[in-house]
Amino acid sequence: MKQLTDPLIDKNPVAVHILGICSALAVTTSMATALTMSVALTVVVTLAAGLISALRSHIPNQIRIIVQLTIIATLVILADLLLQGFAHDMSQRLTVFVSLIATNCIVLGRTEAYAMHNPPLPSMIDALGNGLGYSLVLMSVAFIRELFGAGSLFGIQILITQAQGGWFVPLRLMLLAPSAFIILGLLVWALRSWRGRLAEKPDFAPRDTGSEASS
Amino acid sequence: MAKAFQRFLARPNSDPVKSIGMAALVAAICALIVAGTAVTLRPLIEENRLAARAGQMAAMLESVPGISDLLDGGGIETLIVDLATGRISQTDPTDFDQTAAAADPDRSTALPPAADLAAISRRENESLIWLVREGDEIRLLVLPVRGAGYQSTIRAYLALEGDLNTVAAFTVYEQGETPGLGSRVTEAEFRNGWTGRRIFEGDVILIDTVSGASGDFEVEMISGASVTSYGTIDMVHFWLGPDGFGPFMDNLRKGEAGL
Repeated sequence: MKQLTDPLIDKNPVAVHILGICSALAVTTSMATALTMSVALTVVVTLAAGLISALRSHIPNQIRIIVQLTIIATLVILADLLLQGFAHDMSQRLTVFVSLIATNCIVLGRTEAYAMHNPPLPSMIDALGNGLGYSLVLMSVAFIRELFGAGSLFGIQILITQAQGGWFVPLRLMLLAPSAFIILGLLVWALRSWRGRLAEKPDFAPRDTGSEASS
Repeated sequence: MAKAFQRFLARPNSDPVKSIGMAALVAAICALIVAGTAVTLRPLIEENRLAARAGQMAAMLESVPGISDLLDGGGIETLIVDLATGRISQTDPTDFDQTAAAADPDRSTALPPAADLAAISRRENESLIWLVREGDEIRLLVLPVRGAGYQSTIRAYLALEGDLNTVAAFTVYEQGETPGLGSRVTEAEFRNGWTGRRIFEGDVILIDTVSGASGDFEVEMISGASVTSYGTIDMVHFWLGPDGFGPFMDNLRKGEAGL
Protein backbone atom coordinates (compact mmCIF):
# COMPACT_ATOMS: atom_id res chain seq x y z
CA MET A 1 0.00 0.00 0.00
CA LYS A 2 2.91 2.34 0.75
CA GLN A 3 3.94 1.94 -2.89
CA LEU A 4 0.69 3.55 -3.92
CA THR A 5 0.47 6.33 -1.34
CA ASP A 6 4.13 7.34 -1.05
CA PRO A 7 4.34 9.01 -4.48
CA LEU A 8 1.29 11.14 -3.66
CA ILE A 9 3.06 13.37 -1.13
CA ASP A 10 6.36 12.14 0.27
CA LYS A 11 7.87 10.93 -3.00
CA ASN A 12 5.76 13.03 -5.35
CA PRO A 13 7.42 12.90 -8.79
CA VAL A 14 6.68 16.54 -9.61
CA ALA A 15 6.83 18.38 -6.28
CA VAL A 16 9.66 16.37 -4.68
CA HIS A 17 11.67 14.93 -7.56
CA ILE A 18 10.86 17.87 -9.87
CA LEU A 19 10.22 15.58 -12.86
CA GLY A 20 7.78 16.11 -15.72
CA ILE A 21 7.69 19.87 -15.23
CA CYS A 22 7.30 20.80 -18.90
CA SER A 23 3.92 19.20 -19.43
CA ALA A 24 2.83 20.08 -15.88
CA LEU A 25 3.24 23.74 -16.77
CA ALA A 26 1.83 23.59 -20.26
CA VAL A 27 -1.54 21.95 -19.71
CA THR A 28 -2.58 23.49 -16.40
CA THR A 29 -4.40 26.58 -17.68
CA SER A 30 -7.67 24.71 -17.26
CA MET A 31 -8.88 21.81 -15.13
CA ALA A 32 -10.29 19.90 -18.11
CA THR A 33 -6.98 19.74 -20.01
CA ALA A 34 -5.09 18.93 -16.81
CA LEU A 35 -7.46 16.07 -16.04
CA THR A 36 -7.19 14.61 -19.55
CA MET A 37 -3.41 14.84 -19.42
CA SER A 38 -3.36 13.26 -15.94
CA VAL A 39 -5.49 10.33 -17.04
CA ALA A 40 -3.42 9.84 -20.21
CA LEU A 41 -0.13 9.87 -18.31
CA THR A 42 -1.39 7.61 -15.51
CA VAL A 43 -2.69 5.02 -17.98
CA VAL A 44 0.47 5.14 -20.09
CA VAL A 45 2.87 4.89 -17.15
CA THR A 46 0.90 2.04 -15.53
CA LEU A 47 0.67 -0.04 -18.71
CA ALA A 48 4.29 0.70 -19.66
CA ALA A 49 5.49 -0.41 -16.23
CA GLY A 50 3.45 -3.62 -16.45
CA LEU A 51 4.65 -4.50 -19.96
CA ILE A 52 8.29 -3.66 -19.32
CA SER A 53 8.27 -5.50 -16.03
CA ALA A 54 6.81 -8.60 -17.72
CA LEU A 55 9.56 -8.47 -20.36
CA ARG A 56 12.33 -7.41 -17.99
CA SER A 57 14.24 -10.71 -17.88
CA HIS A 58 14.47 -10.71 -21.70
CA ILE A 59 15.43 -7.08 -22.26
CA PRO A 60 19.18 -7.03 -23.01
CA ASN A 61 20.94 -4.54 -20.79
CA GLN A 62 22.75 -2.70 -23.62
CA ILE A 63 19.54 -1.75 -25.42
CA ARG A 64 17.17 -1.48 -22.45
CA ILE A 65 16.50 2.26 -22.75
CA ILE A 66 15.53 2.13 -26.41
CA VAL A 67 13.34 -0.95 -25.87
CA GLN A 68 11.60 0.83 -23.00
CA LEU A 69 11.16 3.97 -25.09
CA THR A 70 9.70 1.99 -27.99
CA ILE A 71 7.10 0.44 -25.71
CA ILE A 72 6.31 3.78 -24.04
CA ALA A 73 6.09 5.59 -27.39
CA THR A 74 3.70 2.93 -28.73
CA LEU A 75 1.39 3.42 -25.76
CA VAL A 76 1.60 7.20 -26.13
CA ILE A 77 0.67 7.05 -29.81
CA LEU A 78 -2.27 4.80 -28.92
CA ALA A 79 -3.42 7.29 -26.26
CA ASP A 80 -3.06 10.16 -28.74
CA LEU A 81 -5.00 8.33 -31.49
CA LEU A 82 -7.76 7.33 -29.07
CA LEU A 83 -8.09 10.95 -27.93
CA GLN A 84 -8.24 12.14 -31.55
CA GLY A 85 -10.88 9.54 -32.28
CA PHE A 86 -13.09 9.86 -29.24
CA ALA A 87 -12.35 13.30 -27.77
CA HIS A 88 -11.33 15.38 -30.77
CA ASP A 89 -11.88 18.81 -29.20
CA MET A 90 -9.79 17.86 -26.20
CA SER A 91 -6.95 16.56 -28.36
CA GLN A 92 -6.99 19.89 -30.23
CA ARG A 93 -6.63 21.74 -26.94
CA LEU A 94 -3.78 19.53 -25.71
CA THR A 95 -1.94 19.88 -29.05
CA VAL A 96 1.48 18.19 -28.82
CA PHE A 97 1.56 17.54 -25.11
CA VAL A 98 -0.02 14.10 -25.23
CA SER A 99 2.63 12.93 -27.68
CA LEU A 100 5.25 14.48 -25.41
CA ILE A 101 4.35 11.99 -22.65
CA ALA A 102 6.87 9.79 -24.46
CA THR A 103 9.67 12.05 -23.26
CA ASN A 104 8.22 12.61 -19.79
CA CYS A 105 10.92 11.72 -17.27
CA ILE A 106 8.36 10.28 -14.86
CA VAL A 107 7.49 7.47 -17.26
CA LEU A 108 11.03 6.52 -18.19
CA GLY A 109 12.13 7.10 -14.60
CA ARG A 110 9.64 4.61 -13.17
CA THR A 111 10.23 1.96 -15.82
CA GLU A 112 14.03 2.27 -15.61
CA ALA A 113 14.28 2.58 -11.84
CA TYR A 114 11.51 0.26 -10.72
CA ALA A 115 9.83 -1.86 -13.39
CA MET A 116 13.13 -3.24 -14.73
CA HIS A 117 13.82 -4.85 -11.34
CA ASN A 118 10.41 -5.83 -9.98
CA PRO A 119 7.52 -8.15 -10.92
CA PRO A 120 4.60 -6.73 -12.94
CA LEU A 121 2.04 -6.20 -10.18
CA PRO A 122 4.21 -4.14 -7.79
CA SER A 123 5.57 -2.24 -10.80
CA MET A 124 2.08 -1.32 -11.94
CA ILE A 125 1.08 -0.22 -8.43
CA ASP A 126 4.22 1.88 -8.16
CA ALA A 127 3.56 3.44 -11.58
CA LEU A 128 -0.11 4.06 -10.73
CA GLY A 129 0.98 5.82 -7.54
CA ASN A 130 3.38 8.02 -9.46
CA GLY A 131 0.75 8.77 -12.09
CA LEU A 132 -1.67 9.78 -9.35
CA GLY A 133 1.01 11.90 -7.69
CA TYR A 134 1.59 13.72 -10.98
CA SER A 135 -2.18 14.12 -11.37
CA LEU A 136 -2.51 15.55 -7.86
CA VAL A 137 0.03 18.30 -8.58
CA LEU A 138 -1.45 18.99 -12.01
CA MET A 139 -4.96 19.31 -10.64
CA SER A 140 -3.83 21.56 -7.75
CA VAL A 141 -1.96 23.91 -10.09
CA ALA A 142 -4.80 23.88 -12.62
CA PHE A 143 -7.32 24.61 -9.87
CA ILE A 144 -5.48 27.78 -8.84
CA ARG A 145 -4.73 28.86 -12.42
CA GLU A 146 -8.23 28.38 -13.80
CA LEU A 147 -10.00 29.80 -10.74
CA PHE A 148 -7.96 32.99 -10.58
CA GLY A 149 -7.16 33.28 -14.27
CA ALA A 150 -10.64 32.80 -15.67
CA GLY A 151 -12.91 32.62 -12.62
CA SER A 152 -14.11 29.16 -13.58
CA LEU A 153 -13.56 25.50 -12.75
CA PHE A 154 -13.96 22.86 -15.48
CA GLY A 155 -15.37 25.70 -17.59
CA ILE A 156 -18.17 26.44 -15.11
CA GLN A 157 -18.15 30.06 -14.02
CA ILE A 158 -17.56 30.31 -10.24
CA LEU A 159 -16.47 33.92 -9.87
CA ILE A 160 -18.46 36.31 -12.05
CA THR A 161 -15.95 38.42 -13.99
CA GLN A 162 -16.29 42.16 -14.51
CA ALA A 163 -16.86 41.63 -18.21
CA GLN A 164 -20.00 39.68 -17.29
CA GLY A 165 -21.18 42.29 -14.81
CA GLY A 166 -19.62 40.83 -11.64
CA TRP A 167 -16.78 42.01 -9.43
CA PHE A 168 -13.93 39.63 -10.26
CA VAL A 169 -11.01 40.89 -12.32
CA PRO A 170 -9.26 37.86 -13.89
CA LEU A 171 -5.51 37.72 -13.31
CA ARG A 172 -4.10 37.45 -16.80
CA LEU A 173 -0.78 36.29 -15.35
CA MET A 174 -2.42 33.05 -14.20
CA LEU A 175 -3.03 32.02 -17.81
CA LEU A 176 0.60 32.63 -18.80
CA ALA A 177 3.39 30.10 -18.30
CA PRO A 178 5.34 32.00 -15.57
CA SER A 179 2.43 31.67 -13.15
CA ALA A 180 2.79 27.88 -13.27
CA PHE A 181 6.43 28.18 -12.20
CA ILE A 182 5.45 30.49 -9.35
CA ILE A 183 2.60 28.26 -8.14
CA LEU A 184 4.70 25.13 -8.42
CA GLY A 185 7.55 26.83 -6.57
CA LEU A 186 5.23 27.87 -3.75
CA LEU A 187 3.82 24.34 -3.68
CA VAL A 188 7.30 22.81 -3.34
CA TRP A 189 8.13 25.34 -0.60
CA ALA A 190 4.92 24.58 1.29
CA LEU A 191 5.51 20.84 1.00
CA ARG A 192 9.06 21.09 2.29
CA SER A 193 8.01 23.30 5.21
CA TRP A 194 5.32 20.78 6.11
CA ARG A 195 7.52 17.71 5.72
CA GLY A 196 10.83 19.07 6.96
CA ARG A 197 12.92 16.04 6.04
CA LEU A 198 12.22 16.58 2.32
CA ALA A 199 14.30 19.76 2.37
CA GLU A 200 17.79 19.15 1.02
CA LYS A 201 20.87 20.22 2.90
CA PRO A 202 22.48 23.31 1.37
CA ASP A 203 25.17 22.36 -1.16
CA PHE A 204 27.64 24.68 0.53
CA ALA A 205 27.50 26.87 3.61
CA PRO A 206 26.87 30.56 2.93
CA ARG A 207 29.91 32.68 3.72
CA ASP A 208 29.66 34.38 7.07
CA THR A 209 29.39 38.14 7.07
CA GLY A 210 32.75 38.64 8.79
CA SER A 211 34.86 37.29 5.93
CA GLU A 212 32.73 39.16 3.40
CA ALA A 213 33.40 42.45 5.16
CA SER A 214 37.15 41.85 5.20
CA SER A 215 37.42 40.83 1.50
CA MET B 1 8.85 -22.91 -34.44
CA ALA B 2 7.81 -22.66 -30.79
CA LYS B 3 10.93 -24.60 -29.84
CA ALA B 4 13.15 -22.25 -31.80
CA PHE B 5 11.51 -19.30 -30.06
CA GLN B 6 12.11 -20.87 -26.65
CA ARG B 7 15.74 -21.52 -27.54
CA PHE B 8 15.99 -17.85 -28.58
CA LEU B 9 14.52 -16.68 -25.26
CA ALA B 10 16.86 -18.99 -23.36
CA ARG B 11 19.94 -17.29 -24.84
CA PRO B 12 21.78 -15.04 -22.40
CA ASN B 13 20.84 -11.37 -22.61
CA SER B 14 24.42 -10.44 -23.50
CA ASP B 15 24.23 -12.51 -26.70
CA PRO B 16 24.18 -10.27 -29.84
CA VAL B 17 21.57 -12.51 -31.50
CA LYS B 18 19.28 -12.02 -28.53
CA SER B 19 19.88 -8.25 -28.50
CA ILE B 20 19.14 -7.77 -32.18
CA GLY B 21 16.31 -10.30 -32.05
CA MET B 22 14.61 -8.60 -29.11
CA ALA B 23 15.02 -5.16 -30.69
CA ALA B 24 13.51 -6.41 -33.96
CA LEU B 25 10.71 -8.25 -32.17
CA VAL B 26 9.71 -5.30 -29.98
CA ALA B 27 9.91 -2.91 -32.93
CA ALA B 28 7.82 -5.17 -35.17
CA ILE B 29 5.09 -5.78 -32.58
CA CYS B 30 4.90 -2.09 -31.65
CA ALA B 31 4.77 -1.09 -35.32
CA LEU B 32 1.93 -3.55 -35.93
CA ILE B 33 -0.07 -2.22 -32.98
CA VAL B 34 0.42 1.43 -33.97
CA ALA B 35 -0.35 0.82 -37.63
CA GLY B 36 -3.39 -1.30 -36.80
CA THR B 37 -4.85 1.31 -34.48
CA ALA B 38 -4.12 4.16 -36.86
CA VAL B 39 -5.88 2.39 -39.73
CA THR B 40 -8.84 1.36 -37.56
CA LEU B 41 -9.36 4.83 -36.15
CA ARG B 42 -8.70 6.75 -39.37
CA PRO B 43 -12.36 7.00 -40.53
CA LEU B 44 -13.42 8.16 -37.06
CA ILE B 45 -10.67 10.79 -36.86
CA GLU B 46 -11.46 12.00 -40.39
CA GLU B 47 -15.13 12.30 -39.43
CA ASN B 48 -14.17 14.35 -36.36
CA ARG B 49 -11.96 16.58 -38.47
CA LEU B 50 -14.77 17.26 -40.96
CA ALA B 51 -17.24 17.90 -38.13
CA ALA B 52 -14.79 20.34 -36.54
CA ARG B 53 -14.41 22.10 -39.92
CA ALA B 54 -18.17 22.34 -40.40
CA GLY B 55 -18.48 23.67 -36.86
CA GLN B 56 -15.87 26.32 -37.57
CA MET B 57 -17.63 27.35 -40.77
CA ALA B 58 -20.93 27.64 -38.88
CA ALA B 59 -19.29 29.60 -36.06
CA MET B 60 -17.68 31.93 -38.60
CA LEU B 61 -20.97 32.58 -40.39
CA GLU B 62 -22.67 33.19 -37.03
CA SER B 63 -20.03 35.75 -36.09
CA VAL B 64 -20.65 37.95 -39.13
CA PRO B 65 -23.33 40.52 -38.28
CA GLY B 66 -26.58 40.18 -40.21
CA ILE B 67 -25.70 36.81 -41.78
CA SER B 68 -27.32 34.43 -39.30
CA ASP B 69 -30.80 35.78 -40.19
CA LEU B 70 -30.17 35.08 -43.87
CA LEU B 71 -29.03 31.53 -43.12
CA ASP B 72 -32.48 30.61 -41.81
CA GLY B 73 -34.07 31.84 -45.06
CA GLY B 74 -32.23 30.56 -48.13
CA GLY B 75 -29.17 29.37 -46.34
CA ILE B 76 -25.75 29.06 -47.78
CA GLU B 77 -25.13 27.94 -51.35
CA THR B 78 -22.19 25.68 -52.14
CA LEU B 79 -20.84 26.21 -55.64
CA ILE B 80 -17.82 25.20 -57.67
CA VAL B 81 -15.75 27.70 -59.58
CA ASP B 82 -13.52 26.96 -62.55
CA LEU B 83 -10.48 28.98 -61.49
CA ALA B 84 -9.04 29.42 -65.00
CA THR B 85 -12.19 30.85 -66.60
CA GLY B 86 -13.47 32.39 -63.39
CA ARG B 87 -16.98 31.08 -63.96
CA ILE B 88 -19.27 28.75 -62.02
CA SER B 89 -18.57 25.20 -63.15
CA GLN B 90 -21.12 22.45 -63.71
CA THR B 91 -19.33 19.98 -61.41
CA ASP B 92 -21.54 18.63 -58.66
CA PRO B 93 -20.32 20.07 -55.34
CA THR B 94 -21.88 17.36 -53.12
CA ASP B 95 -19.10 14.81 -53.56
CA PHE B 96 -16.33 17.13 -54.71
CA ASP B 97 -13.11 16.39 -52.82
CA GLN B 98 -10.94 19.45 -53.23
CA THR B 99 -7.92 17.97 -51.45
CA ALA B 100 -7.96 15.01 -53.83
CA ALA B 101 -8.35 17.34 -56.82
CA ALA B 102 -5.32 19.37 -55.71
CA ALA B 103 -3.19 16.22 -55.71
CA ASP B 104 -4.50 14.83 -59.01
CA PRO B 105 -2.32 15.89 -61.99
CA ASP B 106 -5.36 15.76 -64.30
CA ARG B 107 -7.37 18.16 -62.19
CA SER B 108 -4.66 20.53 -61.00
CA THR B 109 -2.04 22.86 -62.45
CA ALA B 110 1.61 23.04 -61.46
CA LEU B 111 2.57 26.55 -60.44
CA PRO B 112 5.80 28.20 -61.58
CA PRO B 113 7.84 29.21 -58.50
CA ALA B 114 7.50 32.91 -59.30
CA ALA B 115 3.70 32.76 -59.15
CA ASP B 116 3.54 30.39 -56.19
CA LEU B 117 3.21 32.96 -53.41
CA ALA B 118 1.48 30.54 -51.06
CA ALA B 119 4.08 27.77 -51.68
CA ILE B 120 1.50 25.13 -52.51
CA SER B 121 3.25 23.89 -55.75
CA ARG B 122 0.00 22.63 -57.33
CA ARG B 123 -3.33 24.40 -57.56
CA GLU B 124 -6.57 22.57 -58.27
CA ASN B 125 -8.44 23.65 -61.41
CA GLU B 126 -11.75 23.92 -59.59
CA SER B 127 -12.51 25.12 -56.10
CA LEU B 128 -15.47 25.14 -53.77
CA ILE B 129 -16.93 28.49 -52.78
CA TRP B 130 -19.84 29.39 -50.54
CA LEU B 131 -22.27 32.23 -51.14
CA VAL B 132 -24.92 33.85 -49.01
CA ARG B 133 -27.33 35.91 -51.10
CA GLU B 134 -30.28 38.14 -50.32
CA GLY B 135 -32.34 38.22 -53.48
CA ASP B 136 -29.75 38.69 -56.22
CA GLU B 137 -27.39 40.65 -54.07
CA ILE B 138 -24.33 38.89 -52.65
CA ARG B 139 -24.05 39.40 -48.89
CA LEU B 140 -21.15 37.07 -48.12
CA LEU B 141 -18.61 35.17 -50.19
CA VAL B 142 -16.56 32.48 -48.46
CA LEU B 143 -13.38 31.27 -50.16
CA PRO B 144 -11.18 28.38 -49.03
CA VAL B 145 -7.52 29.43 -48.96
CA ARG B 146 -4.38 27.58 -48.00
CA GLY B 147 -0.63 28.14 -47.98
CA ALA B 148 2.60 27.44 -46.22
CA GLY B 149 3.08 28.82 -42.74
CA TYR B 150 6.21 28.31 -40.68
CA GLN B 151 6.19 24.51 -40.53
CA SER B 152 2.82 23.38 -41.87
CA THR B 153 0.15 24.11 -44.43
CA ILE B 154 -2.38 26.54 -43.01
CA ARG B 155 -5.93 26.09 -44.30
CA ALA B 156 -8.49 28.81 -43.74
CA TYR B 157 -11.81 30.27 -44.81
CA LEU B 158 -11.77 33.86 -46.01
CA ALA B 159 -15.20 35.50 -45.86
CA LEU B 160 -15.72 38.70 -47.84
CA GLU B 161 -18.63 41.08 -47.51
CA GLY B 162 -20.92 42.01 -50.39
CA ASP B 163 -18.50 44.66 -51.72
CA LEU B 164 -16.04 41.76 -52.37
CA ASN B 165 -13.37 43.79 -50.65
CA THR B 166 -14.02 44.04 -46.92
CA VAL B 167 -12.99 41.01 -44.86
CA ALA B 168 -15.92 39.71 -42.83
CA ALA B 169 -13.92 36.92 -41.22
CA PHE B 170 -10.74 34.91 -41.58
CA THR B 171 -10.84 31.55 -39.80
CA VAL B 172 -8.02 29.01 -39.80
CA TYR B 173 -9.43 25.49 -39.59
CA GLU B 174 -6.31 23.42 -39.97
CA GLN B 175 -2.69 24.14 -39.08
CA GLY B 176 0.28 22.49 -37.45
CA GLU B 177 2.24 25.55 -36.40
CA THR B 178 4.39 25.79 -33.27
CA PRO B 179 2.11 25.39 -30.25
CA GLY B 180 1.82 28.63 -28.32
CA LEU B 181 3.40 30.73 -31.08
CA GLY B 182 2.21 30.16 -34.64
CA SER B 183 -0.73 28.11 -33.41
CA ARG B 184 -2.27 31.38 -32.26
CA VAL B 185 -3.51 31.92 -35.85
CA THR B 186 -6.61 30.07 -34.70
CA GLU B 187 -7.25 32.40 -31.77
CA ALA B 188 -9.79 35.19 -31.58
CA GLU B 189 -7.16 37.89 -31.18
CA PHE B 190 -5.67 37.20 -34.60
CA ARG B 191 -9.08 36.61 -36.22
CA ASN B 192 -10.37 39.93 -34.93
CA GLY B 193 -7.37 41.62 -36.55
CA TRP B 194 -8.84 40.66 -39.94
CA THR B 195 -12.45 41.69 -39.47
CA GLY B 196 -13.30 44.91 -41.29
CA ARG B 197 -9.95 45.15 -43.09
CA ARG B 198 -9.99 45.81 -46.81
CA ILE B 199 -8.08 43.81 -49.40
CA PHE B 200 -8.13 45.72 -52.68
CA GLU B 201 -7.36 49.31 -53.53
CA GLY B 202 -8.66 49.44 -57.09
CA ASP B 203 -7.21 46.29 -58.67
CA VAL B 204 -4.20 46.05 -56.39
CA ILE B 205 -4.14 43.76 -53.36
CA LEU B 206 -2.83 45.92 -50.54
CA ILE B 207 -3.60 43.91 -47.41
CA ASP B 208 -0.55 43.32 -45.24
CA THR B 209 0.39 42.33 -41.71
CA VAL B 210 2.35 44.62 -39.40
CA SER B 211 2.82 44.88 -35.69
CA GLY B 212 0.80 47.77 -34.36
CA ALA B 213 -1.68 47.64 -37.23
CA SER B 214 -3.62 50.86 -37.73
CA GLY B 215 -4.69 51.32 -41.33
CA ASP B 216 -7.57 49.83 -43.28
CA PHE B 217 -5.26 47.36 -44.99
CA GLU B 218 -3.26 46.24 -41.96
CA VAL B 219 -3.78 43.03 -39.98
CA GLU B 220 -2.20 42.81 -36.53
CA MET B 221 0.75 40.42 -36.60
CA ILE B 222 1.20 37.63 -34.07
CA SER B 223 4.13 38.50 -31.86
CA GLY B 224 6.73 35.73 -32.05
CA ALA B 225 5.22 34.23 -35.20
CA SER B 226 6.00 36.59 -38.07
CA VAL B 227 6.53 33.76 -40.58
CA THR B 228 3.08 32.37 -39.77
CA SER B 229 1.52 35.84 -40.02
CA TYR B 230 3.17 36.54 -43.38
CA GLY B 231 2.07 33.07 -44.52
CA THR B 232 -1.58 33.97 -44.01
CA ILE B 233 -1.17 37.27 -45.90
CA ASP B 234 0.74 35.58 -48.75
CA MET B 235 -2.00 33.02 -49.20
CA VAL B 236 -4.61 35.75 -49.45
CA HIS B 237 -2.43 37.53 -52.03
CA PHE B 238 -2.12 34.28 -53.99
CA TRP B 239 -5.72 33.11 -53.79
CA LEU B 240 -7.22 36.51 -54.66
CA GLY B 241 -4.60 37.06 -57.37
CA PRO B 242 -4.64 36.06 -61.06
CA ASP B 243 -3.76 32.40 -60.34
CA GLY B 244 -6.40 32.04 -57.65
CA PHE B 245 -9.89 33.50 -57.52
CA GLY B 246 -8.83 36.71 -59.35
CA PRO B 247 -10.68 35.97 -62.63
CA PHE B 248 -13.76 34.84 -60.71
CA MET B 249 -13.79 38.01 -58.61
CA ASP B 250 -13.53 40.14 -61.78
CA ASN B 251 -16.46 38.26 -63.31
CA LEU B 252 -18.47 38.63 -60.11
CA ARG B 253 -17.98 42.40 -60.14
CA LYS B 254 -19.07 42.57 -63.80
CA GLY B 255 -21.93 40.15 -63.12
CA GLU B 256 -20.57 37.62 -65.60
CA ALA B 257 -19.65 34.80 -63.24
CA GLY B 258 -22.52 32.64 -64.46
CA LEU B 259 -24.40 32.58 -61.17
